[in-house]
Amino acid sequence: MRFIPHTEADRQAMLAAIGVESIEELFHDVPKKARAVEFRLPEPLTEMEVLVELNQLAEANAGTHHYACFLGAGAYNHFVPSVVDYVISRGEFYTAYTPYQPEVSQGTLQAIFEYQSMICALTGMEVSNASHYDGATSLAEAVIMALNVHRRRRRKIVLSPAIHPEYRAVVRTYTQGMGLTILGDGETAHQDLEALTDLTPLADLVDGETAMVAVQVPNFFGQMASPQELTRLAEAAHQAGALFTVVVDPISLGLFKPPGEYGADIVVGEGQALGGGLSFGGPYLGFFATRRKQVHKMAGRLVGETVDTEGQRGYVLTLTAREQHIRRARASSNICTNQGLMTIAAAVYMAALGRRGLRRVAELCYHKAHYAAQRIDALSGFQVVGRRPFFKEFVIRTPRPVHEINAYLLDEWEIIGGYDLEQDYPRLTNHMLLAVTEMNSREEIDDLVTALEEATQ
Amino acid sequence: MILDPDARYTKTHEWARWEDDELVIGITDHAQEALSDIVYVELPAVGEHYEAGESFGVVESVKAASDVYMPVSGEVTAINEELEDSPELVNEDPYGRGWFIRIRPDNPADFDELLDGAAYEAVVAEEEG
Repeated sequence: MRFIPHTEADRQAMLAAIGVESIEELFHDVPKKARAVEFRLPEPLTEMEVLVELNQLAEANAGTHHYACFLGAGAYNHFVPSVVDYVISRGEFYTAYTPYQPEVSQGTLQAIFEYQSMICALTGMEVSNASHYDGATSLAEAVIMALNVHRRRRRKIVLSPAIHPEYRAVVRTYTQGMGLTILGDGETAHQDLEALTDLTPLADLVDGETAMVAVQVPNFFGQMASPQELTRLAEAAHQAGALFTVVVDPISLGLFKPPGEYGADIVVGEGQALGGGLSFGGPYLGFFATRRKQVHKMAGRLVGETVDTEGQRGYVLTLTAREQHIRRARASSNICTNQGLMTIAAAVYMAALGRRGLRRVAELCYHKAHYAAQRIDALSGFQVVGRRPFFKEFVIRTPRPVHEINAYLLDEWEIIGGYDLEQDYPRLTNHMLLAVTEMNSREEIDDLVTALEEATQ
Repeated sequence: MILDPDARYTKTHEWARWEDDELVIGITDHAQEALSDIVYVELPAVGEHYEAGESFGVVESVKAASDVYMPVSGEVTAINEELEDSPELVNEDPYGRGWFIRIRPDNPADFDELLDGAAYEAVVAEEEG
């Protein structure tokens, strides 16, 4: 089948119209050696042959269907009920583009509105946007919002070193050239776990130039902070006129206090855990919620509920004057899109589980993680590190380098091991971050314990 | 186009008027009409200082969002808190209840450099071509 509608005569007519002899001539600015690259492709295959080949390639992956997974560090192997894929695969929802025209998009707009409402309920915030690309971009947008709230007159941002390293890197990428001073995470090369997770030094960095203070709860190491110490930090931020932002694991909110109750002005995070699946790294979902009084500085799309001329309930995009297509260079952000499909997946997930279901998932994670931690801590040579309570992830000190242990787990036990913390925190040599979710059976955890024990022999 | 005979104007469609030794600032009748229904006004904090020409706030209508600029340099001494719940006052009474901010100007003589009514009318006439 031919996919190019133009005939040779069409092409000649177009070339003649612009006064060019050949199509080749249009590319004269591109160096010769970069043109007409010869692709050494294999001979064409039938559909049946292609399927066989692709299946073979897929089998080569170490996926969570066949392997026990204890790797987290920002992306988590949670159960995705089949109702999620069923609903988002419906033709009305299954599109990469989010249709926003209210005349034809009431279903999508209502689903996004419900997503927003549930994110607000979960985080204790008043307004949620229609989402960003992932947790990291949500945090970067929170930084930009804090700058805008202060009319770009404040230039300091305080980030806890226990925020996901990639999130902090994305904040720096987003804000390069803005002349910001980012404080709080400059000493990670020299800090041990206690120093990295101590919130008190952050309050001392806050002054009248600070636009925002951000922490992660549970932090990158899986640890919780007490509502009292979080409230103290929020108060320190507020006293200086700065915003307090919390990066949060949405599943943890099934069990723990929402950030809205300890003074957060902005709550962001990765929504992949809410029905998104690991999907080899994407698409993911950045959720973003804030207080109503700041809504005019919020980035992203926002769906609101209203009534039509006949008084019937309906949904529309609202407060769009913040956005780039209206405000141009002075828009609150460059983001004019969202993760439409993942947003709906999260809405379906939250609706399907409900308050009690989410609590049950969080409890399973908590108890299984604590069972695993207790058993590993009892192994000779291994030790659970850190005094703080944790949720579903915890740090262990290992008797051998983490990458060696992980290779052994993968090759000999078909277990995907934990995250090697030395990659981001040089002082944390032989420190592994393990994640345990409701997906890890007791048998898997017991296998991990046995495998770790054997890895030292 | 309605003008306030006591006010002076800017090319960016703000007005300023003496009240005691402070200046009251808002946007002109022409500006509110061009923007149509105003739905939100964002104002600065009392105590903040702005240079002449610097943006001190934003006005959003159903059609557009625009920055509002300081006619002269000065410190904000009061803001019109009524606009938070009733932004439509800017449409209804741009020179009265729809005022934006009061400032203490750095240099009171700066006021005299602003456009008078006739000069502002000429600016509008030129813009409309």
